[in-house]
Amino acid sequence: MPVQYYIFLSIALFCIGVMGVLMRRNAIIIFMCIELMLNAVNLLLVAFSKMWADAGRVDAGSAQLFVFFIMVVAAAEVAVGLAIITMVYRNTHSVDINILNRLKN
Amino acid sequence: MVLSVIALVSALGVVLSKNPVTSVLCLIVTFFTIAGHYIMLNAQFLAVVHIIVYAGAIMVLFLYVMMLMNLNAEVEPQKRNWLKYAGAISGGALLVVLVAALRDASMPAVGAEANEIGLIKNLGQLLFTQYVVPFEVSSILFLSAMVGAVVIGKKD
Repeated sequence: MPVQYYIFLSIALFCIGVMGVLMRRNAIIIFMCIELMLNAVNLLLVAFSKMWADAGRVDAGSAQLFVFFIMVVAAAEVAVGLAIITMVYRNTHSVDINILNRLKN
Repeated sequence: MVLSVIALVSALGVVLSKNPVTSVLCLIVTFFTIAGHYIMLNAQFLAVVHIIVYAGAIMVLFLYVMMLMNLNAEVEPQKRNWLKYAGAISGGALLVVLVAALRDASMPAVGAEANEIGLIKNLGQLLFTQYVVPFEVSSILFLSAMVGAVVIGKKD
């Protein structure tokens, strides 16, 4: 199976995430689309790790550890981001991001 | 192949569904298919961690916040329809550009033979010898994220 297959799958998932961020107004769904984009990149890194491991490189595990650290950062980001969204909802009773332009006043 | 189709369909479901809870469930399906891809790519440890962290922790957190906010009755305002089309078109343009740029690249194939590189023994050895400093830094990151979440979410 050529590695292009995984590249195109990752590109498609990433672009679906970009579309979601641009199209939706709900802050939680925008957040989930960001998770989707992170996962597309993770999938690509794992595919390249497998490619280099098949090519005989012994340090191909570094890519998988990089994916592991991306997961760590994503988990921390979700914790802080959901706290911020909860705070916004408590103050405005909405998670619509159009309402956040009140922040500038 | 089947896994990829399921992943793409459920990813589209995340973006297109009206109900946020449906979006979360579609995203969980996407994460499971990505974990299936990890297993096919000999990254067993990452597949297990992926399921535990994403489907087990992050998605539960999303569902919990959604339950707290009671968003089911709420519908998004649809007054700016052109913005949706602009988003879809620009995302599609990005897709077309990336696919066109990478279509002719020649890369080696990933074989079906198994290797030991994704097992927890090798990854753990690498993590605690070569990458021990980033590991400790990530623990500090977690601690600060935890404190930050509590401080932000605290009722003042």
